[in-house]
Amino acid sequence: MKGLIGKKIGMTQVFDDKGNAIPVTVIQAGPCYVTQIRQQERDGYIAVQLGYGETKPTRLTQGQLGHLRRNNLRALKYLREFRIRNGSVEVSEGQEIKVDVFNKGEHVDVVGTSKGRGFTGPIKRYGFRRQPKTHGQSDRERAPGSVGQRSFPGKTLKGQRMAGRSGNDRVTIQNLEVMVVDVERNLIAVKGSIPGSRNGIVIIKPSVTSIRRNHGGKRK
Amino acid sequence: MSYELMKAVEAPSQDHPKLRPGDTVKVHVRIIEGDKERIQVFQGVVIRIRRGQHPNDANYTVRRIASNGIGVERTFLLKSPRIDKIEVTRSAKVRRAKLYYMRNLRGKAARLKEKRR
Repeated sequence: MKGLIGKKIGMTQVFDDKGNAIPVTVIQAGPCYVTQIRQQERDGYIAVQLGYGETKPTRLTQGQLGHLRRNNLRALKYLREFRIRNGSVEVSEGQEIKVDVFNKGEHVDVVGTSKGRGFTGPIKRYGFRRQPKTHGQSDRERAPGSVGQRSFPGKTLKGQRMAGRSGNDRVTIQNLEVMVVDVERNLIAVKGSIPGSRNGIVIIKPSVTSIRRNHGGKRK
Repeated sequence: MSYELMKAVEAPSQDHPKLRPGDTVKVHVRIIEGDKERIQVFQGVVIRIRRGQHPNDANYTVRRIASNGIGVERTFLLKSPRIDKIEVTRSAKVRRAKLYYMRNLRGKAARLKEKRR
C-alpha cells in the first residue's frame, strides 16, 4: 500500500543534475496514520484508510474521535481511503506513513479539488470559440451559438454543454515525476502543476500507468 | 505560500557577486555539447533583476550589443548550476530598477555613467 494525504504548498523550480530548471509543486504530505483497514468480509472491499492533519480534539465529533481512539491516534482532520485491487495491504492499523514511501524518480498520480470558478460561460468552461466581434455583430461575442436542430428533435438534447458552475471538481493528474523527497520536513515535490489552490488537500498515489507496467500490462 | 517549507527545495547558494541593475558583467556559462563541456562568456549590462516568488525562481537579464548594433538579451537564473562564474567589470549609476529604456537607445546615448564609490 502506497499513498499519502498532503497539502499543496506552492510552486517553484528545482535544478536537475544536468542543470535544467524543472517546474515543481511542493506538497507537504504526511505524516499519515493508518486509521482503519477495510476488509473484504466486513466491508465488502479492501482499502486502507489514512488520516492526516493533526487538529484540536474539540474540532472533531465524538464519533470521529472514537474512531481514531481505537488505534490510539491523535485527532486527525482528514481521512481518505486508498482502494487496494491487486497487491497486498502491507500495513497495520495505527502505523505511521511518511513521505519516504515514494522515491525520487518514481511516477505518481495526484488527486485534488480544482479551483472553483463560479458560474462561467461556455467559453471558459468548455473552451468554446468566441463569435465575431465585427461584421455587424453585437452582443453575441461570447454566446454559445446553436443548442439544437429544428422541429425534429424539437428540444435541446440532454448533455448540451452550456454555462454553469465550473471548477471545484475532483481532478486527477497522472504520471507526475517525484523530484524531491524530504523526510525531515515531510515534503515531496512533483514535476508540474497539480489541481487546486495552495493549502488545498490532495492525495498522492502510485501512477496507474506505472502499476500497469509493473504488473504485466502491455508496455514493458 | 509557507516560505519556511519552500526553503527545503532551495538550491545551494553560490558565491557569485551581488548584482545590481546597470552592472556590466561577464557571465561564464557552461555549455554541454554532446559529451563535451565548454564555457561561453556573455558580456553585457544587467538591465533587470527579478527576485521571483521563491529564491530558485530569481533571474536577471543581460543586454549586450552584438555586431551591426543589434541588441541581444539573455536571461539567466540566479541559482542556475550552469553558470560557472560571474564577473562584475563595471558598475553604473542608474536611477531605475529596470533599465528597459536602454532598448531604445543606441551608440553614444546608450552609455551609462560609472558609479562613484
